[in-house]
Amino acid sequence: MHDVSPHTVQHGAPTGFIRKHVFSIDHKVIGKQYYALALVAVFVGMVLSWVMRIHLGWTNFAIPGLHFLSSTGAPGDVMTPEYYLQLMTMHGTIMVFFVLTTAPFAAFGNFFLPIQVGAEDMPFPHFNMMSFWVTFLAFLVLVASFFVGDGPTLGGWTQYAPLSAVGAVSGPGQGMGVVLWASSIAIFCVGQLLGSLNFITTTLDMRTKGMSLMRLPLSAWAWFITSIMGLTAFAVLMPACILLILDHVAGTSFFVPSNLVINDQVLPHTGGSTLLWQHLFWFFGHPEVYIAIIPGLGIVSHVLITNMRRPMLSHRVLIYSMGALAVLSYMVYGHHMFVSGMNPFSSLAFSFPTLVITIPSTIVVLIWLGSLYGSKLRINTASLFALGFISMFISGGVSGFFLAQPSIDIMLHATYFVVGHFHLVMAVAAIFGIFSGTYFWFPKMSGRMMNETLGKIHFWLSFVGTYCIFMPFHYLGIAGNVRRYQAFVDDYLQPLIPVHKFITIAAILTGVAQFIFIYNLIYSRFKGAPAPDNPWEATSLEWITATPPPHDNFGGKLPVVYHDPYQYGIEGSSGDYVMQNSPEQIKTAFDEK
Amino acid sequence: MAKIFAITIVLIAIGSAIPILMHTWDLPQDISTHGPLIDEQFSDTMAEAGISFLASQFLLAFFIWKFSNPKPGAKIRNFPGGAMGLVIAAFLLVGTEVLALGVFGAKAWASVYFTPPAANAMPVQVQAGQFAFYFRYPGPDGKFGPLHADHISEGNQNFFGLDPQNDPESRDDIVSAEMAVPVNREIHLLMHSKDLGHSFFVPELRVQQDFVPGVDLSIHFTATKVGKYEIVCTQLCGLGHYNMKAYLEVKSQEDFDSWIKQQAAAQ
Amino acid sequence: MATTVHELPKSEPRRSSNEGSGNGGWRNLVPAGGDARKLADYSPPPASTGIWVALASITMTFAAFTSALVVRQASALDWRHISLPSILYWNTLVIFASSFTLEVSRRQVATYMGGLRSQVARPARWLYVTLFLGLLFVAGQYAAWLQLGSQGLYLPTNPSSSFFYVLTAAHGLHVLGGLGGLARVVRKLSNSTLRRSTLDATSRYWHFMDVLWLYLLLLLWMKL
Repeated sequence: MHDVSPHTVQHGAPTGFIRKHVFSIDHKVIGKQYYALALVAVFVGMVLSWVMRIHLGWTNFAIPGLHFLSSTGAPGDVMTPEYYLQLMTMHGTIMVFFVLTTAPFAAFGNFFLPIQVGAEDMPFPHFNMMSFWVTFLAFLVLVASFFVGDGPTLGGWTQYAPLSAVGAVSGPGQGMGVVLWASSIAIFCVGQLLGSLNFITTTLDMRTKGMSLMRLPLSAWAWFITSIMGLTAFAVLMPACILLILDHVAGTSFFVPSNLVINDQVLPHTGGSTLLWQHLFWFFGHPEVYIAIIPGLGIVSHVLITNMRRPMLSHRVLIYSMGALAVLSYMVYGHHMFVSGMNPFSSLAFSFPTLVITIPSTIVVLIWLGSLYGSKLRINTASLFALGFISMFISGGVSGFFLAQPSIDIMLHATYFVVGHFHLVMAVAAIFGIFSGTYFWFPKMSGRMMNETLGKIHFWLSFVGTYCIFMPFHYLGIAGNVRRYQAFVDDYLQPLIPVHKFITIAAILTGVAQFIFIYNLIYSRFKGAPAPDNPWEATSLEWITATPPPHDNFGGKLPVVYHDPYQYGIEGSSGDYVMQNSPEQIKTAFDEK
Repeated sequence: MAKIFAITIVLIAIGSAIPILMHTWDLPQDISTHGPLIDEQFSDTMAEAGISFLASQFLLAFFIWKFSNPKPGAKIRNFPGGAMGLVIAAFLLVGTEVLALGVFGAKAWASVYFTPPAANAMPVQVQAGQFAFYFRYPGPDGKFGPLHADHISEGNQNFFGLDPQNDPESRDDIVSAEMAVPVNREIHLLMHSKDLGHSFFVPELRVQQDFVPGVDLSIHFTATKVGKYEIVCTQLCGLGHYNMKAYLEVKSQEDFDSWIKQQAAAQ
Repeated sequence: MATTVHELPKSEPRRSSNEGSGNGGWRNLVPAGGDARKLADYSPPPASTGIWVALASITMTFAAFTSALVVRQASALDWRHISLPSILYWNTLVIFASSFTLEVSRRQVATYMGGLRSQVARPARWLYVTLFLGLLFVAGQYAAWLQLGSQGLYLPTNPSSSFFYVLTAAHGLHVLGGLGGLARVVRKLSNSTLRRSTLDATSRYWHFMDVLWLYLLLLLWMKL
């Protein structure tokens, strides 16, 4: 142990409820606030998905109570076509931004990154606090669009111009709804940038003595890589949203060309480029989906290693692979635009890095599988979700082989095949990563253990349920089922409606199963068995703190790190694991070479 | 529990593969000249994806089965070949596979996009607007009259904004809510958007192309089988997006000729 | 225990690092005297890393605006070239001067903080000059807007004027942020809580605003 390092943050413990739990600069409180926000958001997003799915299976069904949300959108509780699209847009936006970018990265990262590097807090705690409240404000602005004039925007989370840019004339929700959407997202970008600032400086400058970069746990590396991506990607989305807002409120024409006619009126815009929006959006959009998954890769690796009682076959290869995914993710965005009307040569050009990005993804999966070999695998809820993640990541990744090729994309673009692909990797795999992290870290965050039996039931229902929901999406897509349709009126789609009904039932059942998780979370928080400091016998620094950690994490004495993370199964050691700050001197077969 | 989990993974993997192997839901029938290249690419990809999917899920299940609940005294072992072996395997197996897909797939793409339309391809214009497709044939003079945005009037059925009084080429233009083409004749489809982003998708024809407002682009194709097919919009365009469709009728040359005569008479 | 091996923790190549000037030294793990417990410990101050992070993000934002401009100009025939208001060139001189005065003040403040107080009578003097010049720049930019407006060129008039307003507004907002940072430095200096790293980071941000303006001016001059 040594005394405080030169870069300690050294803010005293807060007093009073507001400072402790509301406007707190403690990274742990901020992490929990992000988690709570993500929980609320995922609940809203999930309920939206239920009503969407019910409508898709039974289009004229009166969903009880829906008219309370919008009397114009659901007169007599029957959803109008436009309201379906509006709910769909909110579902996507809420899930991608406020769940998938928030929980794996901002929630767990804020709580654990400083501890895993051995710091007392992040270096800019006031910016950190601001990042949460700015994100929360963005959420409020987005949700507000439910309650304005003609409701939220209906243009999908992708908001393609000109539908998004010409204003209310193009449909319900396209006036104020779009302005609120774009404002919310622009505000969200600011929150993310403030967060990235802290994550990067924490990783680079706040590591404790002996903590070299290569000694960081894989979760820390994943958060670090993600924060660099966030920095660059969100910084491009913000100007795009600003230009979109200007097209709405200031009469500019960035994205709207001349001579457009709606309702027999020639629109006043001139000269804008609709493809410009797509380029700007997807330059952000593709890295964004890797921002959603890379923390999961780190968390799953971290959880699995502890439960395999051995390090990964190569720590370095996993880090380089995550880095390669991050870098390549900027070069592939055009695969969302293969048939968009951009130059067909560009489409081919984008398809090659898209195909190449399968290589680091495969390496990650193979390293995981190879590390399972010869391991001493422990089965608990956290490890089950981590293993489930691997299965989902394989399934979702493999459909990418199809979508990466422009010639095949001719048949699969804008069909349910795409929807199946991204739901498997994002809605399922990334969520499984969040669950795995929750079951793993809940004891440290709250001081109590979660109920293992309920956890396993939750896992089984979720694993089987999500496959039942999303595997059929691929078949629908192959058959030509177009996405973003509120009902299926085309002749060739009629035989597919029973499949939709099956999916809807699976979705509702799987959704209900999530309440087991919520119950477990809340019950355990108050009544769970008290947790020891290191219930999983793990090696990284978060397990040396008190449980839950005190305000300054390490009680005033920062640890010194002597070992690589993940020193499990060491010959000649006194136990089957050696913690990072243990002065025990060991020779390992798996040490970083 | 580990063994049950392993079995579940295997069952799910096999269960997912069955509808594919049994062609329960397949690509619609192919009625295009460039379709076979796409379909072949699709099958190749399905084979490679399928093998990768099954192999990796089975391996995951097998390792979960084998290495969970270890006996006391079991030692940690390294996968043969170690990390480097796996990295090399990834590059060789997956890397070559995807490059092959990319290179051969380029051929299918090129057949659609890098070949210019034939000199005698029949031009047809399609206009997409909230929430309908309209089609225009140039008529006997072989020329399309200019479009005037300010002349568009749905009420007067002037969907394209033509001005036959002042534009002689417009006078013989034929406008229809249905698209008809002669079989085995190359069609040069000129695509124009009236208002927003839309897309032209005919699964059987193996054609999907977005309209770009402000840019008039075109594609070409040849239909090889007589029949009635659906054209659907696949680019979200508003509340009527789900209902935005038209019929494509592929007719024999004779039937097409009489159809176009009828349409001309009805203008 | 079969073997006791004295295994030193991994070390990375030694790099020098100057505390406070942020040359980017990395964690240095060369064990002093061979004892694993006595590890030398250098890393840049977080403010220094942090400002580079912020500047990277601002660069990406203006890169996005730039590509929007380039694409928009090429996408239609309605781009009308405008003549840049002449006050822009004066504003450029002003912001350039402010970088100069900032550097002067930075050295003075560093000397003052280093303990040589007798050599620096009023350490904040040149900071105030910089602040004044910064405000003058922002006022000058607003005057440029008025000049354009008097020619009938407003935000929606033409895509070229749209980008003029958007780019100058975005830059101007960031300059205002920089002024806030400078004011904070003045305040911290006056109550002796100023850290060297804060001063350096704030200065770096300000110089970046200067360089960014030169870039934008070039872009506007070439394209508008």
